[in-house]
Amino acid sequence: MSSNYKLDSKIPSGPIESKWTNHKFNIKLVNPANKRKYNVIVVGTGLAGASAAASLGELGYQVKAFCTHESPRRAHSVAAQGGINAAKNYQNDGDSVQRLFYDTIKGGDFRAREANVHRLAEVSVNIIDQAVAQGVPLAREYGGLLANRSFGGAQVSRTFYARGQTGQQLLLGAYSGMMRQVDSGNVQLMNLREMLDLVVVDGKARGIIARNLLTGEIESHEADAVILASGGYSNVFYLSTNAMACSVTANWKAHKRGAFFANPCYTQIHPTCIPVHGVNQSKLTLMSESLRNDGRVWVSKIKGDKRPPAQIPENERDYYLERIYPSFGNLAPRDVSSRQAKFLVDQGHGAMGEQAVYLDFENSIKRLGEDKIAERYGNLFQMYDKITGENPYKQPMRIYPAPHYTMGGLWVDYNLESTVPGLFVAGEANFSDHGANRLGASALMQGLADGYFVLPYTLGNYIANTKLEKVQITHDAFKEAASTVTKNTEKLLSIKGSKTVESFHKRLGLIMWNKCGMSRTREGLTEAISEIKKLRQEFHSEVLVPGASNGINLELEKANRVADFIELGELMCRDALVREESCGGHFREEHQVDGEAKRDDEKFCHAAAWEWKGSAEKEQVRHQEELKFENVKLATRSYK
Amino acid sequence: MSSATDKKNINLKLQVWRQKDGKSEGLFTTYDAQQVSPDDSFLEMLDGVNEKIIKNGGQPIAFDHDCREGICGSCGFMIDGNAHGPQKGTTVCQLHMRNFKDGQTIVLEPFRAKAFPIIKDLYVDRTAFDRIIEAGGYISSNTGSAPDANAVPIPKPDADEAFLSAACIGCGACVASCKNASAALFTSAKITHLALLPQGKVEREQRALDMVAQMDIEGFGACTTTGACSAACPKEISLINIAKMNREYLRASILKKQEATGGDMA
Ligand SMILES: Cc1cc2nc3c(=O)[nH]c(=O)nc-3n(C[C@H](O)[C@H](O)[C@H](O)COP(=O)(O)OP(=O)(O)OC[C@H]3O[C@@H](n4cnc5c(N)ncnc54)[C@H](O)[C@@H]3O)c2cc1C
Ligand code: FES
Repeated sequence: MSSNYKLDSKIPSGPIESKWTNHKFNIKLVNPANKRKYNVIVVGTGLAGASAAASLGELGYQVKAFCTHESPRRAHSVAAQGGINAAKNYQNDGDSVQRLFYDTIKGGDFRAREANVHRLAEVSVNIIDQAVAQGVPLAREYGGLLANRSFGGAQVSRTFYARGQTGQQLLLGAYSGMMRQVDSGNVQLMNLREMLDLVVVDGKARGIIARNLLTGEIESHEADAVILASGGYSNVFYLSTNAMACSVTANWKAHKRGAFFANPCYTQIHPTCIPVHGVNQSKLTLMSESLRNDGRVWVSKIKGDKRPPAQIPENERDYYLERIYPSFGNLAPRDVSSRQAKFLVDQGHGAMGEQAVYLDFENSIKRLGEDKIAERYGNLFQMYDKITGENPYKQPMRIYPAPHYTMGGLWVDYNLESTVPGLFVAGEANFSDHGANRLGASALMQGLADGYFVLPYTLGNYIANTKLEKVQITHDAFKEAASTVTKNTEKLLSIKGSKTVESFHKRLGLIMWNKCGMSRTREGLTEAISEIKKLRQEFHSEVLVPGASNGINLELEKANRVADFIELGELMCRDALVREESCGGHFREEHQVDGEAKRDDEKFCHAAAWEWKGSAEKEQVRHQEELKFENVKLATRSYK
Repeated sequence: MSSATDKKNINLKLQVWRQKDGKSEGLFTTYDAQQVSPDDSFLEMLDGVNEKIIKNGGQPIAFDHDCREGICGSCGFMIDGNAHGPQKGTTVCQLHMRNFKDGQTIVLEPFRAKAFPIIKDLYVDRTAFDRIIEAGGYISSNTGSAPDANAVPIPKPDADEAFLSAACIGCGACVASCKNASAALFTSAKITHLALLPQGKVEREQRALDMVAQMDIEGFGACTTTGACSAACPKEISLINIAKMNREYLRASILKKQEATGGDMA
């Protein structure tokens, strides 16, 4: 692929409301009897992967579904707490497809592709129908109809939920649909397998190389098309709300085989997480945004105030979100809420002098009673209590922002196809739909939209239009990829240095958090790039990976993932450095007005997609997809 | 409010089951866990022990884990004979070291059950659970065929009860705590969840028969009715589920028999 490669988003023509309908009508279909002859690989069994595997299996494709877990139900989608959006307007409060579309474009700070976002808003309603039909126990009102709550960045109640377990319940729905296809023989489960390379034959994605995490065997799997639904890369920060095994590895290997990586610097720092407790901390725990429906965020007005919260009188408290953003109040979107928390803590207003702000339920408990609050958030309160040893019914929660979600990911066109033909990317792994900031309750929606309602059409269209000769795993491309994987693995094991994998991951995380986190500067990013380069060299000469390549080896798995995170970290910093503007979660201190992000639409109204140039030593090439706003007027984003 | 700094670190002795793989013999090995912060989670304490083992050229203790927030069901082993340890309604990843005393000795063993073969150390294979779901733990509704979500109202008490059964995270603590290594709590929670909902009624009988049959095929034992499973369950799934499963199974068996003999179903 050459540097003057032109990104083609393949947005269908016509008015935005009818693009998807027309596209579905215009695409070519695969006849039902023929579907059986095609093999599809799905990497990942989270919401995006499981829903895709289930739906493609139902259509008759032969699907192989890969996951790193022992059970597909353990994908990190399981951890989503708060809810899933849909433009059902069951509350009669003025919601519509148009409004969800508008909120998402604005929420993303005008850095997402209009056509994709509109489609997402359109199919959102079908997702809820599908989930309920599968038996997902979403919350209901006394009349038996579905209940809703509000999430950040919206003035309507469009969020559906299952207590604090929305992710697990939706995932169990998609997983059960997939297991039904396993039962009927259309889906083959490939659990405890980690994809370590993409195989490209004649320019098309034709398979993957995976390590069997139990036996250590390097396996080759061929297919007619490959779907990556491998999740996000927040773990590049080491401490994040992601699960321990969440990684960029599947995406990164595909990137090295020609899939462009878009907007890597767009990361979401979630405002309400339990603060860091100490040096051995391995992950951060989210306290769902839904808590901001009834919780009020505040800090002391006095700098350096070490008093416990109960001793701070009402008039000395600064309910800063309500003060700065009166029309959205505590439900201001994540990027701005996080940034304000950081500003205030940096100025010395942190809770008892620490890196935390308060999330207080006192008023709501007085107004609604403890029972009502327990019914809404009981499990979250319990989780908070278990982790901190403090009772949030009696004293305010202490919270602080933490890395949570990555809007960046592999570049895809309208069909969710990457720059490698036949390689599709779904869910958090792709870059589509959320621009520079994601609104709460929109990731579950997007993952399921991609898997249930988009890929079954667009992947079919690819297969129907493409001449796909049979390939065998004896093909040279498979042999070459498998031997690359084996060599990389052996190399990691042979370094036998003195520093653990974990210690490198922690150091990378600190660099990223300090210099490519909630606020970024030219100077900091430049330093970060050179520090990461050094860290990479050090890793490849001094890491200690115990054990052997055969059999289960958890440290080897980690080492593979950390090696990729290090390379990704450098690209994130570079992407953040080039983007000389502030937008959404990407805040460059040089570009602000009154502490708010200042976009530069003249120069940066585009998605940046990076092309790998053959080695980590070579600078990647930046491509641009211009974004056109024809249905929502480009405006300064304001929640005031 | 106490802050992390004024809590005292503790020292512990761990007796850990080490087993190279499914075929090898296992044995207990003793490790020191030193200067453990009471704010650390149990798994963070183990991370610290592993870092030391690795630096000393040894093989780290293998255990399954992922979300570390009590929802994915990956973690789980026996701590002093209790699945997930001493704290009620808590997975081991959510168990914090403030629950242990300085100088304490703690014994760590894998979940033991015929249907959960040991992979390594504290890491076991629970894929038998997936096969039970595969046998019928779903509602057959193809993508795209669903009616409007509010077309069928579901009484709130039913929806709430279904949720409580659906809250199972599939960790296997119930099996590990049962004398007979029965999977009755796991299986019954799914059968109950789906049987409570109007959408799940169509396949109700076949589901109960198939899932129970698969449970037996996997080698899980019979329910002892002692309730050890529910007591150990980190999501506190109720024993009522098992009673309901027995009823569902009996009902399905009778209906099937009548169907087979052409009897009156009424
Ligand atoms: C704590 C938390 C709470 C959240 N709450 C909400 C919420 O309330 N609402 C909302 O909308 N969003 C929420 N989100 C975001 C949302 O949950 C995720 O963005 C979404 O679930 C991601 O789904 P996915 O299918 O893309 O990926 P995942 O669910 O992460 O699945 C990734 C899959 O890929 C597999 N995989 C990865 N790499 C490989 C490899 N190399 N080889 C083989 N398999 C691989 C994994 O095993 C897994 O099966 C939350 C996120 C977190 C972390
Ligand atoms: S690691 Fe997920 S439940 Fe414990």
